[in-house]
Amino acid sequence: MTPALRRRLVLALPWAWMALFFVVPFAFVLTIAFAEPAEGLPPYAPLLRWSGEATAVLQLNLANFQLLLDDPYYLDAYLRSLRVAAISATLCLLIGYPMALAIARAPEHRRNLLLMLVILPFWTSFLLRVTAWIGILQDQGWLNGALLALGLIDQPIPLLYTDVAMYIGITYCYLPFMVLPLYATLSKLDPSLLEAAEDLGAPPWRAFLQVTLPLSLPGIVAGFLLVFIPAVGEFVIPELLGGPGAQLIGRVLWTEFFQNRDWPLASALAIVLLAALVAPIALFQWRAGR
Amino acid sequence: MRGLGRLAIPLGLGFAFLYLPILLMVLFSFNDSRMVTTFTGFSLRWYDSLWRNEVLMGALGLSLRIAAVSATMATILGVLAGFALARFGRFRGRAGFGAVMAAPLVMPEVITGLSLLLLFVAMESVFGFPAGRGASTVAIAHATFGAAYVAVVVQSRLADFDLSLEEAAMDLGARPWKVFAVITLPLIAPGIAAGWLLAFTLSLDDLVIASFVSGPGASTLPMVIFSTVRLGLTPELYALATLLVLVVGVALALVLRLARRR
Repeated sequence: MTPALRRRLVLALPWAWMALFFVVPFAFVLTIAFAEPAEGLPPYAPLLRWSGEATAVLQLNLANFQLLLDDPYYLDAYLRSLRVAAISATLCLLIGYPMALAIARAPEHRRNLLLMLVILPFWTSFLLRVTAWIGILQDQGWLNGALLALGLIDQPIPLLYTDVAMYIGITYCYLPFMVLPLYATLSKLDPSLLEAAEDLGAPPWRAFLQVTLPLSLPGIVAGFLLVFIPAVGEFVIPELLGGPGAQLIGRVLWTEFFQNRDWPLASALAIVLLAALVAPIALFQWRAGR
Repeated sequence: MRGLGRLAIPLGLGFAFLYLPILLMVLFSFNDSRMVTTFTGFSLRWYDSLWRNEVLMGALGLSLRIAAVSATMATILGVLAGFALARFGRFRGRAGFGAVMAAPLVMPEVITGLSLLLLFVAMESVFGFPAGRGASTVAIAHATFGAAYVAVVVQSRLADFDLSLEEAAMDLGARPWKVFAVITLPLIAPGIAAGWLLAFTLSLDDLVIASFVSGPGASTLPMVIFSTVRLGLTPELYALATLLVLVVGVALALVLRLARRR
């Protein structure tokens, strides 16, 4: 067996699987986004119809995309999702950067343990960890209880089903995705650069701003994208912690699909969401490739 | 921790943020009261009522079966893909292959779920397979994104070892398959175990994709938890969370020990 054939054999199975179950499905989303909703299952009309004399008629229905443009409800949901994801990623960065820096500067034998502690919550049920925040944030919850007991407030502050709760939830769940790439870049920084800055008389904050921060920029960008991209389409956290006003795009898509059974409109939403996400990734790849 | 100076403060606060919710759940799973927030006394009654909750237990059984099957499929796919990405150099189509293997890691779940459902519906109407949706379609969906995670783990584990061991075996006349089985596979065994475990927990945890591709009568554990939570918190859920934390913690500790021995 030649090496080339062997390689092809190793690649064949994962290529075929991912092509069938990850790439091809997008073709269906794209197709059905142009279909008309219909009664029955599946609830959409086929695009190709036989018109009697062995000729097929292709009907592209642009009404779904038209609706997304015309109805401000959908545009609002998109903009809100982008904003929520950007704010959440920024919060993750603010909390995660000092953590990653601390781990990168910890004694070498401790780093793996600290890193493990960052990853560990990721291994325990995401849904149940979100649930824990309901117990913390509700009116009779642990946080309000603690604040009342300390005498800091007279009556419970409504936290659950607010944007605050949603931001806490997203930041909490996605924090490891920020810390890991930041740590990867920060731990590779050459300590002699900081020593040089110090020798030249730079105070620590200046050495940080002019040496550490610019050199960790790739980690910041990677971490930001790793939080931002999945957060844009997040469904569970806004649904369980956010208020009725927190209509993010993932939630809107879910409602169109499960409650309204409008598969074509849900597909059109997915296409637009995907297009909005591919743009920053392509930009990042292009910059990284230069 | 000494040596960190002021950085120890944000690190400690960050860990408190990550672990406090989990600790509170564990603590209140042993609460005697039905109240999920006031601790009245130690009791195991919620573990008992969890055990008797047929809906939750049935869903747990289904989810464990799906997770075991999908994690195994994901591991086979992910080991092959991770091996190719780490050892094949710059082969033709590498960029595309790498992108397809990495994309499921960040793809919003609603899109993955919707697209797979549309594929399954189309396949059923053309080939008659899969006939209806349920545990098997969920397992296929989970194997797909699980494979992406396993590939990352295996690839990074392989990157830690240089090629010299494998080359030495080849120089001594071992055939490529034998090199893989005798040298490479044992080297990456901890990575494979960690990858399988990761795919398993992700499958056990997935609500969104499963909701799209599952069918009537096949409600996975997260689907049942989700509908329960909407009606209100119960300490049973805390008991369940505690058990899951315990099981995953023990499994992870075993994998880490395996990794350290090598």
